[in-house]
Amino acid sequence: MLYNPPSPLETKVLTRRFGLPNSAAVDTYLATDGYKAFKKALEMKPDAIIEEVKVSNLRGRGGAGFPAGMKWSFVPRNSPKPKYIVVNADESEPGTCKDRLLMENDPHQLIEGMLIAGLAVDAHAGYIYVRGEYRYLIEILDKAIAEAYDKGYLGKNLQGSNFSFDAYTHSGAGAYECGEESALLESLEGKRGIPRIRPPFPAVVGAFQCPTILNNVETYCAVPPILRDGGAAFAALGVPKAGGTKLTCLTGHVNKPGVYELPLGFPVDRMINEVGGGIRGGKKLKAFIPGGSSCPVLTAAECEGLTMDYDAMAKKKTMLGSGGVVIMDEDTCMVKVALRIMRFYAHESCGWCIPCREGTTWIRKILTRFHDGMGRKDDINLLGDLAKNMLGRTFCPLGDAAALPTISIVEKFREEFEAHLDGKPCPYEKELVTA
Amino acid sequence: MTFSPELEAKFARLLTSYPPGRQRSAMVPMLLYAQDEIGSITQELVEEVARRVGVTPMQVEEVLSYYSMLHRKPLGKYHVQICTNISCLLTGGEQLWQRACGKLGIGHKEATADGQISLEEVECIGACSWAPALQVNYDFHHKVTPEQLDQLLDSLRKTH
Amino acid sequence: MPNSVKFTINDRQLEAPAGTLVIEAAKRNGIEIPSFCYYEGLALQAACRMCLVEIEKAPKLMVACTTPVAEGMVVRTESEPVRQARKYMLEFLLSNHPLDCPVCDKGGECELQDMAFRYGVGESRFTEQKIHVDEKQWSPVVFYDMPRCILCFRCVRICNEGMGVNALGVINRGAVSEIAPNHGDHLECDECGMCIDICPVGALTSGTYRYKTRPWEMEHTGTICTHCSNGCKTTLGVRNDQIIRGNNRDRSGINGEFLCVKGRYGFDFQDHPDRLQSPLVRLDGKLEPVSWSKALEVVVQKFQEVKGRSGTVGVIGSNHTTNEENYYLQKFARQVLATNNIDHHRTGDVVTLVDAVSGSPAALATTRDLYEKKAILVIGADLALEQPFLSFQIRANYRHHQAHVYVVTAKPVREDNYAAAFLRAEPGAELSAVESLRDKLKGEPELVILYGDAMKGGAVRKLAAFGASLGIPVQYVPLVDYSNSRGAADMGLTPELLPGYKPLGLTGMTVAEMLAAEDLDLLWVVGANPLKNAKLQAKKAFVVVQEMFLTETAQIADVVLPAASAYEKNGTVTNVCGEVQRLQKAAQTMGAKPDLEIIGLIAKEMGVAREMGPWVPDKVFDEIRRTVRGYDIPVEAIMTGGAAQTMPVNGRIPIEVRVDSIRSAHDNLFTSGTLGRYSKMLNSVLEKRLNRE
Ligand SMILES: Cc1cc2nc3c(=O)[nH]c(=O)nc-3n(C[C@H](O)[C@H](O)[C@H](O)COP(=O)(O)O)c2cc1C
Ligand code: SF4
Ligand code: FES
Repeated sequence: MLYNPPSPLETKVLTRRFGLPNSAAVDTYLATDGYKAFKKALEMKPDAIIEEVKVSNLRGRGGAGFPAGMKWSFVPRNSPKPKYIVVNADESEPGTCKDRLLMENDPHQLIEGMLIAGLAVDAHAGYIYVRGEYRYLIEILDKAIAEAYDKGYLGKNLQGSNFSFDAYTHSGAGAYECGEESALLESLEGKRGIPRIRPPFPAVVGAFQCPTILNNVETYCAVPPILRDGGAAFAALGVPKAGGTKLTCLTGHVNKPGVYELPLGFPVDRMINEVGGGIRGGKKLKAFIPGGSSCPVLTAAECEGLTMDYDAMAKKKTMLGSGGVVIMDEDTCMVKVALRIMRFYAHESCGWCIPCREGTTWIRKILTRFHDGMGRKDDINLLGDLAKNMLGRTFCPLGDAAALPTISIVEKFREEFEAHLDGKPCPYEKELVTA
Repeated sequence: MTFSPELEAKFARLLTSYPPGRQRSAMVPMLLYAQDEIGSITQELVEEVARRVGVTPMQVEEVLSYYSMLHRKPLGKYHVQICTNISCLLTGGEQLWQRACGKLGIGHKEATADGQISLEEVECIGACSWAPALQVNYDFHHKVTPEQLDQLLDSLRKTH
Repeated sequence: MPNSVKFTINDRQLEAPAGTLVIEAAKRNGIEIPSFCYYEGLALQAACRMCLVEIEKAPKLMVACTTPVAEGMVVRTESEPVRQARKYMLEFLLSNHPLDCPVCDKGGECELQDMAFRYGVGESRFTEQKIHVDEKQWSPVVFYDMPRCILCFRCVRICNEGMGVNALGVINRGAVSEIAPNHGDHLECDECGMCIDICPVGALTSGTYRYKTRPWEMEHTGTICTHCSNGCKTTLGVRNDQIIRGNNRDRSGINGEFLCVKGRYGFDFQDHPDRLQSPLVRLDGKLEPVSWSKALEVVVQKFQEVKGRSGTVGVIGSNHTTNEENYYLQKFARQVLATNNIDHHRTGDVVTLVDAVSGSPAALATTRDLYEKKAILVIGADLALEQPFLSFQIRANYRHHQAHVYVVTAKPVREDNYAAAFLRAEPGAELSAVESLRDKLKGEPELVILYGDAMKGGAVRKLAAFGASLGIPVQYVPLVDYSNSRGAADMGLTPELLPGYKPLGLTGMTVAEMLAAEDLDLLWVVGANPLKNAKLQAKKAFVVVQEMFLTETAQIADVVLPAASAYEKNGTVTNVCGEVQRLQKAAQTMGAKPDLEIIGLIAKEMGVAREMGPWVPDKVFDEIRRTVRGYDIPVEAIMTGGAAQTMPVNGRIPIEVRVDSIRSAHDNLFTSGTLGRYSKMLNSVLEKRLNRE
């Protein structure tokens, strides 16, 4: 099982079974309060379940941070159509590797979360959309699903109730855009991963054109603890407007990279220095990405006094995102970072809309030329300008995801771009070679 | 077209995993699983999958060309996918990539002459806290050092 | 307005039905919001982002193409942020677009070029390498140049949604996305060219037009396609009397932008090298070119001689000459040659229907009805191949209004794909299949029935009785083949009926009877080729043929008079739904003359021109309006390029028509009788298809 040594500073709610022998097995799960929350939910009215999730202040863990209980309440009650539960296990945001651990170490927690969501909106089938690269997880999940059928937690008339629920895994095949909820739904229907025009939102017209709850793996995994221990208890773990814990993936130049479950509102400097064991080689922090490569980059100065929560990040004009924390030390070439990030978005742009399709490619070309030492002074402004022209104008948020980090890097690290001008070689290149 | 019994069983299960009339949903997983068995997505496979899920071959082509894990050309027996995205970049992923290219004498999406190993520089594979990382087919290799990379490539070259 | 909302665009107080998209609401009020991907009638895309507008209270610019108007909404389409966004959207778009406007076919009528002028930045800041991909030829008519493609997906949608063909798709992703044909490197499709027509830039170009000319070097004339009975309006681009292009980009006329392969490309028979340019007269057994006066002299001499001795005369008219020509031909035959032996190749039973529904003036459907009525029943016809525009209308009706479509045919047809129900029935067995749909049809609020040539005589009466018994409003379309089949019947090119279906006491010979009559002395064939698959029994008959080509019939003629094509003359034609439209002369004839003029010259030689005249199409049409039942249509409608439906439904027709000779040629998309044989483009498409089979 993939797992890093836990940190004593963690608050282990979703990850409490990690590290147990056979943590993925249904018996382990049942022996540690597993499926209790579901049984409790079976006795509850759908409204009460949704209310509990609202009280928990659980916000979506996929990146956008939308309140989960509110999203669930948008599913129309009186629709004659079947309803679906869809799990976003596409986990492709660079810097993010937490859903993987949740599915690998505790798959039944996810299944239980789906079941409770099913009860809340009267859905009877759920799909886990797993990125194609995570093939081994599909095998783990399929095994867990089979166990759940065996034990009467999936299938017909669960635990003697009249509630039935089927769960399936579905493999993606390599496309970041399929993590975007509406593109994911298209992909699930066997189509190109092109986002849908919204509204209507998935809650109303989702999977197979039916009302659907679509959440991130971690969001569903938080639901059993919420139902088990009460929404208020979960809320109390976090900050006023965002309850609970967040799985945080420490990556980059830290001594102890790994996935840690930290309460929302955890201070950034303690996260880097105490949880993460400080910057590698005793170097200084240069830049910090709080939640995956789509977030605007912060400078070391901006991290001072900062806490890991949605509103605090918003105040710094960045986002908590997916929990993919990227830590960059003083030797990092920010032009190279900007280039690598843009290469990713240009590769992953679905190609549907002009500003994203052309903008990402254009910026990638400029940055490539720039980093190769053929930058021109005008390019610096042009980069920022092009990114700003994408921002808020693309069909789906991928365009923003590409524009935001670029804008922030150009604005905050302008001198690094200037250092690359006029045929000057990259001043950091030698450092990068020492892997 | 004939497939192994295991693959047929997977297909059968996939085709019943979705609501009635939604068999098209099975297309991408079917292509991916079939590619694992056949080595690439052949025209024959496109037509077969089209028939089974009830769409035209062009509709399959539209879909498959969108996904980066679906390949029209055969890959090596061992497809080595090295991540150079941000977290791996910061921890030496790019050096691994260059090293692998140099050692095998092949580049992005190319295979060795004997068809044993192919290389691909990939986007983030969700191993960021264990960077630099790579995948050989579906198996993850975490915190890979240059020496480990050499050993790995050597062992892949030897296994037949 | 019911359910209407009030809002402002650019400070103008406006009102529109709830649900109207901002872009449409603006357009209806004369405010242009630029767009590439938005296209009325096709699925929404929101892909090009050209239509971004400012909406008060929205956190960012919104796309006008998918945002519906709302009460109190405040929209700005020309504010600084909007202009800026547009400008840079164009800059993005042009970044990878080749700047080869001077050689591009679309130069001069390119939407991207226009927009770049109106909204664009002067100079691009793009200095990187552009993507280059070689141009591809997908079919004899379709070429694709990927770098020029702006991925607005109009072509894909018109093919999938509009045509129901699904021949185009999108492959790859991101900046290397491109449009792809359904068979790897080539298209197998209707070759309608709708994709080319709808392409806002020069990414898709046509095999017939590419690199031939610039749009501004052509004269454009709106006229009516001369192939099938659907009567699509087409704009012909003509340079030096050569027709270079057919399209209906201005979307006027009954067909909007629709044209099929024949309408769009099948005009090239017009300058085929085999076109007859001079009259021919048989001298010593061989057809030799002579002057018009010589030829007319021979004809008139013969006409007068046969007339003088009361010989047997047969006249065969055409189903693609104009109403005026047909009307005068039958008038000439009956009044001057004193014969009722006049007929044409009949392709559908209109007459029985007109009689059976007599008294219900609304019983004949228009092409518009096919788009608007709630339910459609198709009997015995493969519309997509034989009646392409009608098929398009019904498909659009289904897409836009969820019409219920019922199909009763012998073989699978395209309409099956979205039909509420489809049944297979062999020719002759259609009625019982239709009967089995009774309950479903009774539940419809209204119905349009289209029927093919297998339904005639008694079957049509039974069908009309069936329709009447449903208790709902029912309309009909009796399907016929050629551009003026309907007009030929209406104009009395029949041995038993005068124009307007006025019955005659006596009756003359049908086409088959004329060909079989051993004592026939004179056969006059105008724009038809009856001897294509038949023999003329009368060995001594003198044969006069007015034709464009040396057809099988012309080959045995004694005199051949070269006739103008529909694109070289004025007049009116009546389509399958009885809609009258006007032909406008687009090109000069070579040595040929319009049939009306030829008949006039014969009349003049015979000294009857004055009593029969006038010989000007518009004047003849006036006479038709006055005398032919149903043709008293508002003339302004057709003068301005529109259509008006004839209504020959007031009164019974107390005779049984001779339905035995009714037979459709079942021309498909790529054939068109004689005209098709002389269209290089249609033949090359056909050849490609045959080679593949
Ligand atoms: C380009 C793009 C990629 C995304 N990728 C993911 C992803 O890999 N996993 C994920 O859970 N959410 C992803 N999202 C967010 C989803 O669209 C969606 O907001 C989320 O799955 C909803 O679940 P939540 O409310 O539980 O966070 C992505 C969004 C965008 C715009
Ligand atoms: S922003 Fe546009 S091109 Fe980019 S992924 Fe979204 S829809 Fe596709
Ligand atoms: S017209 Fe609105 S995005 Fe293209």
